Amino acid sequence: MKIAFTTSGDNLEALLDSRFGRAPKFLIYDPETKIIEVIDNKQNLNAVQGAGIQSASMVAQSGAQVLVTGHCGPKAFQVLKAAGIKVYNTDAPTVAEALKRYQAGQLAEAKDSDVEGHWV
Amino acid sequence: MIIAIASGKGGTGKTTLAANLAKSWEGPVQLLDCDVEEPNAHLFIRGTKLEETSVGVPVPVIDPALCNLCGDCGRFCRYNAIAVVKPLPVIFPELCHGCGGCSLVCPRKAISEKQRRIGVVETLESGDIILIQGRLDVGVSLVPPLIKAVKARLDPALPAILDAPPGTSCPVVTTIRGADYVLLVTEPTPFGLNDLAIAVDMVRELKLPFGVIINRAGSGDERVNVFCREQDIPILLEIPDDRRIAEAYSRGVLMVDALPEYRKMFLGLIDCLMKTISK
Ligand code: SF4
Ligand code: SF4
Repeated sequence: MKIAFTTSGDNLEALLDSRFGRAPKFLIYDPETKIIEVIDNKQNLNAVQGAGIQSASMVAQSGAQVLVTGHCGPKAFQVLKAAGIKVYNTDAPTVAEALKRYQAGQLAEAKDSDVEGHWV
Repeated sequence: MIIAIASGKGGTGKTTLAANLAKSWEGPVQLLDCDVEEPNAHLFIRGTKLEETSVGVPVPVIDPALCNLCGDCGRFCRYNAIAVVKPLPVIFPELCHGCGGCSLVCPRKAISEKQRRIGVVETLESGDIILIQGRLDVGVSLVPPLIKAVKARLDPALPAILDAPPGTSCPVVTTIRGADYVLLVTEPTPFGLNDLAIAVDMVRELKLPFGVIINRAGSGDERVNVFCREQDIPILLEIPDDRRIAEAYSRGVLMVDALPEYRKMFLGLIDCLMKTISK
């Protein structure tokens, strides 16, 4: 089951980006194969509106079923939910730390968006 | 004859001016309150409601039986209003601008349109004045389509006064486009001048004839007058900073009703507008 993280880097040691909709990249990690895939989110960074929505579709297209990020706005959350992707919020500084906490079962699944719109 | 009243910022007395102008008009006149986010001309023109129509914009709906998740609609929509995800694309009506493009690009003909309500247009009658006002629903941000619906009610056979929203953004342009003359209301202060200059650029770009009205004249400096002289812009009216006007407003009475000399002033303005427009 692939896990998506928001980040600005290319590997597990990279910093976790706290903003889902305007994160520079998504790191998709497959725990079974240990394969890492990095998706560039540049085209959505400067969107006038709906950045979170398109970011959410990109994550859905990556095949990830879990998203670990800092915060996620209501519209993005709605898309993720429609796509059946589980969202976990964390303040972990790095992707590796976030992964560790997720795998240790320390993160609770978000049942709702945790920030107002436009925070994306 | 369509006269639009605009100002670079709020609080310049634009709406009271529109109401005073309508009240001074001889014969039937239409007053269109295009400030659909905060219509307030009805506070001065109290009338009986003749009708109310709800206004909608088309939003797409996707038929799950036809959609094969190809993603064309999501890639096409430049407002990011569609997220194509399994099992069915998600549409955000509040982001949709109703362009209709997605239903055209869908190769499976899976997208049809339904109406989404954005607000109402009301028509009220008060003596010789027909007040037409738009009222946007709470949480809706599609201002220009509602303004267009208000303007669509205008009877071209009768004179019309259009009260624009404050500022110089898209809704203002939607309001004043097609007007025969634009009155820019300002105050004799440095801020007033700054906003006036921006509004002047806007009407010049739209190539509309315009003139300036200075409200609360005498309460500030001469900069607006100097600017208009240098730019060759006519100042059609200077409404003095008169305590009695404010007192009348506090009782809900317009200056042209409370103070006969101001009615005369507005009649002069109407006369001048008629002459300018028919030229
Ligand atoms: S109608 Fe236009 S704006 Fe609305 S979702 Fe379709 S493409 Fe986007
Ligand atoms: S374009 Fe049509 S078929 Fe393709 S994803 Fe959109 S609705 Fe479905």
